[in-house]
Amino acid sequence: MNAPIPNSFRNQPDAQGHFGQFGGRYVAETLMPLILDLEAEYRKAKADPAFHAEFDDLLEHYVGRPSPLYFAPRLTEELGGAQVWFKRDELNHTGAHKINNCIGQILLAIRMGKTRIIAETGAGQHGVATATVCARFGLPCVIFMGATDVARQAPNVFRMKLLGAEVVPVTAGAATLKDAMNEALRDWVANVHDTFYIIGTAAGPHPYPELVRDFQSVIGKEARAQMLSRIGRLPDLLVAAIGGGSNAIGLFHPFLDDPSVKMMGVEAAGHGLDQLHAASLAGGRPGVLHGNKTYLLQDDDGQILEGHSISAGLDYPGIGPEHAWLKETGRVQYTSVTDTEALDGFQLLCRTEGIIPALEPAHAIAAVKKIAPTMDKDAIILANLCGRGDKDIFSVAEHLGVKL
Amino acid sequence: MTRLSAAFAKGHPALVCFVTAGDPTPAATPAILDALVEGGADVIELGMPFTDPMADGPAIQRANLRSLAAGTKTADILQMATDFRARHPDVPLVLMGYANPMITRGPEWFAAQAAKAGVDGVICVDIPPEEDGELGPYLRAHGISPIRLATPTTDAARLPAVLEGSSGFLYYVSVAGITGKQSAALASIEEAVNRIKQTATIPVAVGFGVRTPEQAGPIARVADGVVVGSALIDLIAEHGENAAGPVRDLVTALANAVHNARKVEA
Repeated sequence: MNAPIPNSFRNQPDAQGHFGQFGGRYVAETLMPLILDLEAEYRKAKADPAFHAEFDDLLEHYVGRPSPLYFAPRLTEELGGAQVWFKRDELNHTGAHKINNCIGQILLAIRMGKTRIIAETGAGQHGVATATVCARFGLPCVIFMGATDVARQAPNVFRMKLLGAEVVPVTAGAATLKDAMNEALRDWVANVHDTFYIIGTAAGPHPYPELVRDFQSVIGKEARAQMLSRIGRLPDLLVAAIGGGSNAIGLFHPFLDDPSVKMMGVEAAGHGLDQLHAASLAGGRPGVLHGNKTYLLQDDDGQILEGHSISAGLDYPGIGPEHAWLKETGRVQYTSVTDTEALDGFQLLCRTEGIIPALEPAHAIAAVKKIAPTMDKDAIILANLCGRGDKDIFSVAEHLGVKL
Repeated sequence: MTRLSAAFAKGHPALVCFVTAGDPTPAATPAILDALVEGGADVIELGMPFTDPMADGPAIQRANLRSLAAGTKTADILQMATDFRARHPDVPLVLMGYANPMITRGPEWFAAQAAKAGVDGVICVDIPPEEDGELGPYLRAHGISPIRLATPTTDAARLPAVLEGSSGFLYYVSVAGITGKQSAALASIEEAVNRIKQTATIPVAVGFGVRTPEQAGPIARVADGVVVGSALIDLIAEHGENAAGPVRDLVTALANAVHNARKVEA
């Protein structure tokens, strides 16, 4: 079922936080007043030049933006089709795009007078980025992380602790990202008076999907300007990996009203779509979880299923609501690649370009590997390299059967 | 007069008891529900288990997981309600849970099935008034009361929106937090209930953190009803398939304290 084609794809959500039938504010009453406060404060911040000036200044001098736009000559040659370009968000401070959003949200928290920060994390990238901005601004920080992820992401746990955060292992459920998010919401409900919840992806109750998208849109705004200045035209295809979808919406959003630019979101197909995977759009259906309506992996009774991906950052049974809407309108095409294909993409970029990508963008690279050879040599693909792979070398070694 | 309004018009405060459907097994639930009625519960809240009970503390989280592990399905819960209604024609039964299992086959389906099963009210934790259209209109069309929660963060400006379209009773969550964790000071509960009753025309029941007759009695003096959940869930966790007896004993003591709270005062 396709939703009606709107005049602009860039004016969502509506006043109630809905992207078509998706999004919204499905939270317990305790949180509603705070969510409304946050929305009011975000409206003010969005209109305040001083807020933007501080955000931009921190992105430039603390995060290291703008990130480079890079033409990948040897990868392009090897694939033998379209030119492949990368937006290098893996070069950001802390090694991923996550920090863009954390800077924006902690500035909002400070505006609201909140004195304690909480966050959930899966692989630990968002936890590290949150702990980083908390250290930078001197606010206490509690990170909820599934006990399973604490065990398999020990280096990031240590990083968060070095940065002064308290890491709380969550043992409920399967003890992964979804359970960490439940626990963060429980903490927030009990501490609404002084606590700000920095959500790591473009999901959750309104206004989070909107504000996370806005903060991450720096990726697409820079890339669009860089493309025009370097080669005088826009790319033909954007490609980005999707877990919750914040790096993808950040890249896509500034291009949504450029009709010549096609877009492809890449979900994690795990062991395969007929087995364990984390592809909510391909294998799920609409439902309500964690404050928003979106595509979810669930059974007939609406019980939520566990996601699986080789990439802990994509291992979530839902997806941001704006992606659900962009799928239904047909503006963005969504595909998926398996764990094995992502590992191939990971090694391909290491070998051809001397860049070790995180396993999340390795999914985007795997999709580029499939589609670039089918496109003309003057066509341009721009993929988001949203994180670097240092954190993943242990799990990649294990999957390749190498003992470190 | 509906079964729910009758439960709050007995001349004494009402005891509202919560248990999770299918905990520890679907087969054990009917005897536990009967024990609640025999002990003197005036309203029964039957929890629909969910994989991700975000507003619940560890006790009710585990009850949800025990129930799901025992294979409880929505169809089983509707059957429990149908059978309960046949055994107890006059005791109001409320389904309580999270949005996704309620709307997953469409809100119209859920409302129609719940009505057919004799359900009197539905509490959906994660559908605030702002998202009422997701479920509320369908419940009202089938004569089921949407029961909403008010919390310490619900201020006077917001309260009318919370009450709009709700009926049966208002569930005042006495602490900003999750179920079963801590309890609020009596003075703050009394202040809040008095404030709410300036606006609310429906009864106000107070819950979250109420575990013992000693806690329930004083709250019953200031509210129209008292909700007890986690303390019953703890008994079920301890006694499993044999929980009906201990549950009946605790409910009897709670009902005594709640029903006689104002007599003791006088």
